[in-house]
Amino acid sequence: MDYSWVTFANALLLGLSIGSIWLIAALGLTIIYGTAGVINMAHGELIMLGAYSAYCLQTYLGVSYLLCIPLSFVIVALFGLVIERVLIRYLYARPLDTLLATWGVSLVLMQGVRMIFGNDPKYINMPQFLSSNVSFGPLSLSAFRILIIAMTAVLVGAFWYVFYRTHFGIKIRAVTQNKEMAASFGINSQRIYMLTFALGAGLAGLAGSLFAALSIVLPNMGTGYIVQSFLVVVTGGGSLLGSVAAGALTGEIQSVLAYLINDTFARFMLFILIVVFLRFRPQGLFSAGATRR
Amino acid sequence: MSITRRRFIRNASLTAAAAAVAPSLFLPGAKGAWGATLSKGKPIKVGVLFSLTGGLAVPEEDSALVMQYAIDEINAAGGINGSPIEPVIIDAKSDMNVYSEKMRELILRHKVISVFGCYTSASRKAVLPTVMSQRNLLFYPTCYEGAECSQNVICTGPLANQHSRDLIPFMVKTFGKKVFFVGSNYVWPKESNKNAKLWLEQAGGELLGEEYIPLGSSEFGPILNKIRAAKPDFIFSTVVGASDIAFHRQFKQEGFSADKMPIASLTTGEIETRAMGNEFGAGHFLSAPYFQALDNPTNHRFVEGFLASKYGKNGTTHYNMEETYTSAYVFKAALEKAIAGHGIEEVTPAMIRAAAAGVRLEDSVSPEGAVWIDENNFNTWLVPKIGQCQADGSFKIVSQAPSQVAPDPFSIYPDAGKCTAEGLKAANGSIRKDVI
Repeated sequence: MDYSWVTFANALLLGLSIGSIWLIAALGLTIIYGTAGVINMAHGELIMLGAYSAYCLQTYLGVSYLLCIPLSFVIVALFGLVIERVLIRYLYARPLDTLLATWGVSLVLMQGVRMIFGNDPKYINMPQFLSSNVSFGPLSLSAFRILIIAMTAVLVGAFWYVFYRTHFGIKIRAVTQNKEMAASFGINSQRIYMLTFALGAGLAGLAGSLFAALSIVLPNMGTGYIVQSFLVVVTGGGSLLGSVAAGALTGEIQSVLAYLINDTFARFMLFILIVVFLRFRPQGLFSAGATRR
Repeated sequence: MSITRRRFIRNASLTAAAAAVAPSLFLPGAKGAWGATLSKGKPIKVGVLFSLTGGLAVPEEDSALVMQYAIDEINAAGGINGSPIEPVIIDAKSDMNVYSEKMRELILRHKVISVFGCYTSASRKAVLPTVMSQRNLLFYPTCYEGAECSQNVICTGPLANQHSRDLIPFMVKTFGKKVFFVGSNYVWPKESNKNAKLWLEQAGGELLGEEYIPLGSSEFGPILNKIRAAKPDFIFSTVVGASDIAFHRQFKQEGFSADKMPIASLTTGEIETRAMGNEFGAGHFLSAPYFQALDNPTNHRFVEGFLASKYGKNGTTHYNMEETYTSAYVFKAALEKAIAGHGIEEVTPAMIRAAAAGVRLEDSVSPEGAVWIDENNFNTWLVPKIGQCQADGSFKIVSQAPSQVAPDPFSIYPDAGKCTAEGLKAANGSIRKDVI
């Protein structure tokens, strides 16, 4: 294997793509964990539900793939809303219990989907233009990876706007910083939590509809993404900016190390680097400045 | 009386000592650990140990289904000497600890006379210590890397020398010398690649790179970038499970084409192609002893019968499933031989294994064509075939060995010795039993 600037630049470009995949998987978790402090172990299964939503929409209703993406957001957001109302809202004061409860939810979801759809893998058809490769001179990236990068950028932009430029965002941040104080100013924290949970679930669903095309739709597909998502959120510190930085950084480290040595070693090094980093900076890259729960 | 720490420790150590002694009280004599006896007309219990849930369920659930189909078929035709086979089906949940625990349960509690199961070398190695110490018998119905000589296993899948020895020269001749190896990161791909390197050297090929992906990972970007830079003529893949499907999908999405740089795989069969979508599998190559498209009356009967049965809901047959199906018939033939030789009450798993030596399944029984069990190493003589995936997801046989190829578990370790029915026989004549 010869190393050159062109292949290195390709590795950097790919790192951006890997980072965006991890970030889009982690966005929903960032919002739920960052705002409500819920350690949502069912996040991976919400991703899986998004993938199955896209699969069902495409297979049974004939919806085109690009339309499946926003529809998966809506479907899984509604599902998240139900979970929040039925279960999570009783547990906000008890973060460790949310961990166990959401883990239970994840098992129920996995088994439920297995009972409905069976264990055999499903796949999603993509439009032709997405299963091709785009070249920029010597650099190249698949059209689908470009779609994911673009999607991530749009979502991050949208959430920055919602969180920092709207009235609703001010309320969310107020509740995040101090729930009681916010409540004394007349903000309905229960309603804020409910909406952020639904929003976070919807984002997981959207990520799932994208991952379905990248790989395969299986009842246990979510377990692979949850570790990666938590890694990004914890390294980032729970804020949006932190997750963006952590996603980009871990993606680039993974890609460059995989390019220089190999994939397995890259994963191993990445975990070591993160452990060392968290030893010296347990609050993550950019802490949201919230009161620690 | 309160429990003091000292008393607790004493009691605990007594219990531990008793537990350590207890199993030896139940260990039977030299005849073997198998406690139950068969009797005429009574069901013959066998274990079926596959993962029905979890990451390994994609191929293993199908194996469990086809096993039940084969047992139903044998029972409908009168069973074995008039006794029906009764399967005890257990879900191993894709967890190596569960495999080992459930193997113990099958042998000790259910008293099965043989077990059919496992799909990965990891699970085989997890259950073998139990199978060997209990002197039971494992039918391992898929491919593996060899380098084992256990006296309690019969394997109906291909060994490395029956799997890639034809594939590598075929690919080198058809597409060119330069090749890139990609595999999942565990024992079978690494051993398979050791073999493949040897065949590659003999075929005059050139290895450009060798990469492994963590099991279950679906990010092939870095590896595909390396392949893009290396420009091989073809790729040799031992990627398994969900990763394999991600690999093929991303291969096409990254702009590679099967016409210019095909993937020659040891794993990507009909099940995997169905899971990834036909257009992602089309054009690539697979080496296997069985393809659904094989054109012979036995295979037509097997495919039609299985798909029409209540077990055929997944809509395809596959080399793994066929190897499981033939293992049931090897069991039947061997048990019949053992019963004829020893009488039904006396039969033990060890006798079934001994009787399996040289058992031959004719064209009329085996969908892949006649196969037989090697009388030394108890792997299977079979005809390796190479198929190319077509646009509709079926495989077209493009090459096949002229006749059955002998299984050679130590083909790349000639110094280890020769695997015989008694054990691994070294050059100096010493025999080591239970080599795993």
